[in-house]
Amino acid sequence: MKELVVLSGKGGTGKTSLVGSFAALAKDEVLADCDVDAADLNLILKPSSSQSHDFWSGQVAFIDESKCTQCDLCQELCRFDAIHDYKVDNISCEGCGFCSHICPAEAITMKENLAGRWFISETKYGPLVHAKLGAAQENSGKLVAMVRQQAKIVAEQKGFELIISDGPPGIGCPVISSLSGANLALLVTEPTLSGVHDLERILAVCQHFGVPAAVCINKYDINEENTQRIENFCLKSNSPGQKVDLVSKLPFDNVVTEAMVHGLPVIEYNKNGFSQQIIYLWERTLQLLNKNKE
Amino acid sequence: MIISVASGKGGTGKTLVATSLAISLKDKNKVQFLDCDVEEPNAHLLLNPTITGSVPVNVKVPVVDKGKCTFCGKCAEVCAYKAIAVLGERVLTFHELCHSCGACSYLCPEKAIYEVDRAIGTLEFGNAGGIDFIHGKLNIGEAMATPVIRKVQERVDNQNIVIIDVPPGTSCPVVESIKDTDFCLLVTEPTPFGLNDLMLAVETVRILQLPCGVIINRAGLGDESIEKYCLSENIPVLLHIPLDSTIARFYSRGFTLAEAMPEWKDKFVAVFNKIEEIVSERTCCTER
Repeated sequence: MKELVVLSGKGGTGKTSLVGSFAALAKDEVLADCDVDAADLNLILKPSSSQSHDFWSGQVAFIDESKCTQCDLCQELCRFDAIHDYKVDNISCEGCGFCSHICPAEAITMKENLAGRWFISETKYGPLVHAKLGAAQENSGKLVAMVRQQAKIVAEQKGFELIISDGPPGIGCPVISSLSGANLALLVTEPTLSGVHDLERILAVCQHFGVPAAVCINKYDINEENTQRIENFCLKSNSPGQKVDLVSKLPFDNVVTEAMVHGLPVIEYNKNGFSQQIIYLWERTLQLLNKNKE
Repeated sequence: MIISVASGKGGTGKTLVATSLAISLKDKNKVQFLDCDVEEPNAHLLLNPTITGSVPVNVKVPVVDKGKCTFCGKCAEVCAYKAIAVLGERVLTFHELCHSCGACSYLCPEKAIYEVDRAIGTLEFGNAGGIDFIHGKLNIGEAMATPVIRKVQERVDNQNIVIIDVPPGTSCPVVESIKDTDFCLLVTEPTPFGLNDLMLAVETVRILQLPCGVIINRAGLGDESIEKYCLSENIPVLLHIPLDSTIARFYSRGFTLAEAMPEWKDKFVAVFNKIEEIVSERTCCTER
């Protein structure tokens, strides 16, 4: 089985719009939306039906007022400043359980935490596994791991050989969880100073975890000088062990937003030149994915 | 006054708004700027601060003194993150899983565990044309952003107007960045993704009981759904920034709106005045 993850470092570079089109182009694939903070892929793929599951993860401390002797030990020892006036602030509590172990009155217990929900949905483009982390919750990395695990199970059940993951922005916990063990990371960037800076960091993360990376420059014509910088950077980052392929340069085209407003993958909304370039990008990406497998 | 600039969706223009707000206010006020997007900090690319100092951001991780350890297994039993394991006469620690809660070292019956510093990021500070600038950078390969964000937040000086650039999303790094602020400014774009992610961000802001307002960036790009949503939820729309390739090109070269088009300064000052009004009204209400 092969797993492609689409990442960017910087948010808003066009990951989800591209994955929506890949979903329409790929055959026999499972889609995984690993942006569990703000999942948007379902807005394009429009699931017809959905199975929903609870995601229990982590714990929060609870103080039984009737047992509490107000000795203050928990407040002193909590490193997350989560206990005030003998009450636990659920948002600050990291669920370490330290307080429950040290409370002399045994007044503190740990309660399981409903951190979000995950879904297996049917779409006309194939099965989609996605999730919604509860607002202000922790453990996004674990929910991402759950989405990927379920996507693999669905793929095995259906006999599919390909998983396409839409990743979250950033380089931290949910990104590492989306990336580790994937066969190829497609990095979507834009030629702004922020885009260039963030590409350098996400590429370093890919290299740190040994995942081969390919780069797509979106809206390349916004600043051709920065586009040149990115091209040079990709060349410079090439090493015998780790090749960084620049697979595509896509121009700015309002058709991307129009398609989103209509709730369609770009390549289904419009068959113009831009869509042809997405098809070419998909073919190149697939070639790299197959090559990396061997 | 502490204002956080957040969005839910990435790439909607948080940094453009946050830096423009800071530059528009700095002539008449003392302004402090904190970039809490420690995974992908970008504000320095627009504000060009002179960095005058930096300190590592450390977390505490356990080290086991093998001479004292009796392999009783207490540490592994109390660790909620499986960051320490006892296998026969060996103790393994997994520092990247550790949340630095301190339970293992405190509860070890033999006092065989002590804590050492492990660097996971860097804090840098400096000055950007009169703005007191601070940002954090998470090291490559590190998962936990919140300890770095906490270190950035420790530098807040409430005597100033404090502008905080927040990472995208709705989970712990966002909560850590906005929870102690007076007002959360949400930047969105008028597209279905923008609306969906704005709604998620509003959910988080409301759990924290923060007042909020919206700035619509790239106005004219998509549809009217953001305005309708804000109206129905009674969230003030404080500013529209039009879809304009000139703005996009300036941003791509590292210019804020307030520098590239000085006529925007007054608009950002007006946004700030409106925020002040909302926050002071709210303070009156809660005091009563």
